Amino acid sequence: MKSAIKTIAAVGAIAGSLAFSSVAHAANTVKVGVLHSLSGTMAISETALKDVMLFLIDEQNRKGGLLGKKIEPVVVDPASDWPLFAEKARELIEKKKVDVVFGNWTSVSRKSVLPVFEELNGMLFYPVQYEGEESSRNIFYTGAAPNQQAIPAVEYLMSDEGGSVKRWVLAGTDYVYPRTTNKILESFLKAKGVAAEDIMINYTPFGHSDWQTIVSDIKGFASAGKKTAVVSTVNGDANVPFYKELGNQGIKAEDIPVVAFSVGEEELAGIDTGPLVGHLGAWNYFMSVDSPENAAMIKKWHAFIGDDKRVFNDPMEAHYIGFTMWVQAVKQAGTTDIDAVRQAMYGQTAPNLTGGIAVMNTNHHLSKPVLIGEIQDDGQFATVWETDGVVVGDAWSDFLPESAKLTADWTYPWVCGNCEKPKYLTN
Amino acid sequence: MAVTIFADVQHNRVVLFSILFAMLALLAFSNPVFAQQDDIAVNAALSDLNARSFKGKTAAVEALGLLGDARAVPTLEALSEGRLYVRKTDKSVVIAERAGKAYLLIDPVTGAAMGEATSREIKKIIANNKLRGLIRGVLGQLALSSSDPELRRAAVENVISSPTNGSLALLKTARDREIEDDIRARLETGIATLELGSDDPGLRRAAVDRLADGNDPVIKSLLERRLLKNTDGSFVEPDAGIRAEVQEAVNNVNDRLALFGLAEDLIFGISLGSVLLLAAIGLAVTFGVMGVINMAHGEMIMLGAYTTFFVQEIFRATMPAEAFGFYLLASIPAAFFVAAAFGILIERGCIRFLYGRPLETLLATWGISLILQQMVRSLFGANNREVANPDWISGAISIGGGVSVTVSRVYIVVFCLVVVAALAAFIRYSRFGLQMRAVTQNRGMASAMGIRTGQVDSLTFALGSGIAGVAGVALSQISNVSPNLGQNFIVDSFLVVVFGGVGSLWGTIVGAFGLGIVNKFLEPVAGAILGKVVVLVIIILFIQKRPRGLFALKGRAAEG
Repeated sequence: MKSAIKTIAAVGAIAGSLAFSSVAHAANTVKVGVLHSLSGTMAISETALKDVMLFLIDEQNRKGGLLGKKIEPVVVDPASDWPLFAEKARELIEKKKVDVVFGNWTSVSRKSVLPVFEELNGMLFYPVQYEGEESSRNIFYTGAAPNQQAIPAVEYLMSDEGGSVKRWVLAGTDYVYPRTTNKILESFLKAKGVAAEDIMINYTPFGHSDWQTIVSDIKGFASAGKKTAVVSTVNGDANVPFYKELGNQGIKAEDIPVVAFSVGEEELAGIDTGPLVGHLGAWNYFMSVDSPENAAMIKKWHAFIGDDKRVFNDPMEAHYIGFTMWVQAVKQAGTTDIDAVRQAMYGQTAPNLTGGIAVMNTNHHLSKPVLIGEIQDDGQFATVWETDGVVVGDAWSDFLPESAKLTADWTYPWVCGNCEKPKYLTN
Repeated sequence: MAVTIFADVQHNRVVLFSILFAMLALLAFSNPVFAQQDDIAVNAALSDLNARSFKGKTAAVEALGLLGDARAVPTLEALSEGRLYVRKTDKSVVIAERAGKAYLLIDPVTGAAMGEATSREIKKIIANNKLRGLIRGVLGQLALSSSDPELRRAAVENVISSPTNGSLALLKTARDREIEDDIRARLETGIATLELGSDDPGLRRAAVDRLADGNDPVIKSLLERRLLKNTDGSFVEPDAGIRAEVQEAVNNVNDRLALFGLAEDLIFGISLGSVLLLAAIGLAVTFGVMGVINMAHGEMIMLGAYTTFFVQEIFRATMPAEAFGFYLLASIPAAFFVAAAFGILIERGCIRFLYGRPLETLLATWGISLILQQMVRSLFGANNREVANPDWISGAISIGGGVSVTVSRVYIVVFCLVVVAALAAFIRYSRFGLQMRAVTQNRGMASAMGIRTGQVDSLTFALGSGIAGVAGVALSQISNVSPNLGQNFIVDSFLVVVFGGVGSLWGTIVGAFGLGIVNKFLEPVAGAILGKVVVLVIIILFIQKRPRGLFALKGRAAEG
């Protein structure tokens, strides 16, 4: 028993000295935590985000760092394991004493780290399009909310130019993001006068590989004589067999277009895109956009990574915007103190790579442009439609009755992420 | 079955006019004076294709259709296929073909070569789905009078699937001069679908009679719509007699479609079963015959798929384009040997120390599977790798009734049967197969007879792994080639082997097809997720009843 206590004491002492040394170390550098899966299922998407963070930090260090110090990346691997995300987040904030964290991809991993960031008052930049219905004081959402991706995509397909679609298949992987997005889309479509029998909703498990029955069902559903489109929130690995089956069963984009919210340049790199030409993607950024900022960024990225075949995609742009804003906010606040930086974040602006200016709003979501693109045979998207200006990200969807009432605003007098009334009443 | 219906009436009218004018223009085309004026118009419309907005491009395509000039065909095809570009220097519209790093430029009207350009000197003219649909219609109308029956056949489908106000007249003209029976039959059906809405009750009745024999879901829904009521409460089909006929026709079509639906479920089930069988057959050797719980089995499949990718890249780099399609055949032995080599390595390096200790084997092979995954991730990157489907296994075969089977899946069924037959023959007839059976049935006796049991063990394991690698070649055609490929199949593989009966090859076959077919019959009723759950419950209950699976080994061998 005594020896056990001794051991614990010794371990405690070592841990303490480690923690102490990292505090001492922290004084000389600004630490940026990178919380992306480098192994497991999500490594396919998240590895590139880790790379882009190293690239952005390297760029900033070349410009002289931040507050006269070098920026030091602290990379951890949560291995696509949702509870491990929470542990690693705690490790980053408590042990490594990072000043900010950039990370996560799936909504379930974000939900898993959220209590940690709120408890320890950390700051997370989340770069991926998601289902909305959330606004945490400790998270900045630099990806698209549903009104910046799903709703405009559906509106485009309804328009004359998009083919005047009258019948809808909502196909998704069975987890929180597709379920919430489809709930929003369903009530949006109904509000637009689409009858219930013209909407087909279908869920499949993660990694679903046998799409014969579902594609055949979609064909059957589309044979009713009304123009039909598929809105796909199918995520991850299941996309390749899905698109292969569509191509093999001869479904062309002119007949039944598929608009996907989780398929970007990175995902298309693993598919023979010949049969997919014309299927759509909705994002806030496409690598193919012809702008001087974009060309310069891609050139620098290729030089950093040493491979001119690597793609740049929407979540990577979101990290670029988020990091630029965070650097500016730290400079403005003159410190990396979380609360001071948070206040400085509101109204922060950064140029979009596709043109225009992104703004951080007080609901912790960005104002960004929305682009609809068609897949080309080189695996890139060609922009076929875009919003006139930027769209303000809406944390709480107006198309769900229970969330339409809620407001997210982290400035006075609201200071709340999900309230019906301001926290402080102004008289 | 292609279904494109332009809901927009105005749009229909434009297409109609473009068709009529197209016909006029075709007649006029023989006149050289008109031809010269056409040249100017064609060139004007061509430069309009580079309009900023899709509205402008649509107008230009319509203008080209209006001219009905056969010379516009290559331009429209190029636009639809993404080969139409603008040369930045003089804003001229060109067709560009990729040749290495540069592009070869071709004049879209004359077909003359216009030199080369780099990718920076030209800009692609982007078409969207609507534009491509419009082009398909315009080209279809032009091709209705083509002399090539294949082109006419495709054109008829295009016109029928996107009917416009003028289609009826066009189809009738085409029917009167059509000489091929099957195309004329298709034209008659198309005409009947349009005459369903005719004002003449006689024509309507004839149309219903004609359509009653079909088994096309599109026609069924057309018929069903005749039974609905208008918003003012009156029937779409005013004549009660015809309505009864329509109802009968719908019932008949429904009965036939139900049969086709069953056939479809059965075919999909066999196809899913063949994939399960391919994934499980290697495991039937390592787990079934040797009793090794090999959690790294899925990674052997993954290694096979990556070998396919590797062979494909070699073919791309070294072989002429015609030979490229055969890379799949070359990857079969390659995948076998790569996976078999890893199998020997794993068996000699790890598993042989753990025989008879199933729990440790399970954990050790699980660790090996993680190591292999991360190794592939480090070597090839975390992204999916693109494995192209060669032309000879792309596309689908239509059976009728809206049912079609993809060619690649047919090949997989055949391939899987060949692999199983070869394996069964190998185990039954070869000398090594005999030794293998001897060792698994009675190790001590086999050893006493002079068989080197250690060597047989590692070769058996290599055989199982090699077959898993071969399965990877086939699965690369329908699934992702990513480091996680194996994980998707490992659970299903164990299910199949346990369900079929450990140690029984025949059981594995019946188990795989049985699970595939049950799954596919459940999926339309219960959905993909609930279907899987139900299958799992069925298996659990079944194992309670027959712990040794469908085909349990009997006799002394089973006890060892």
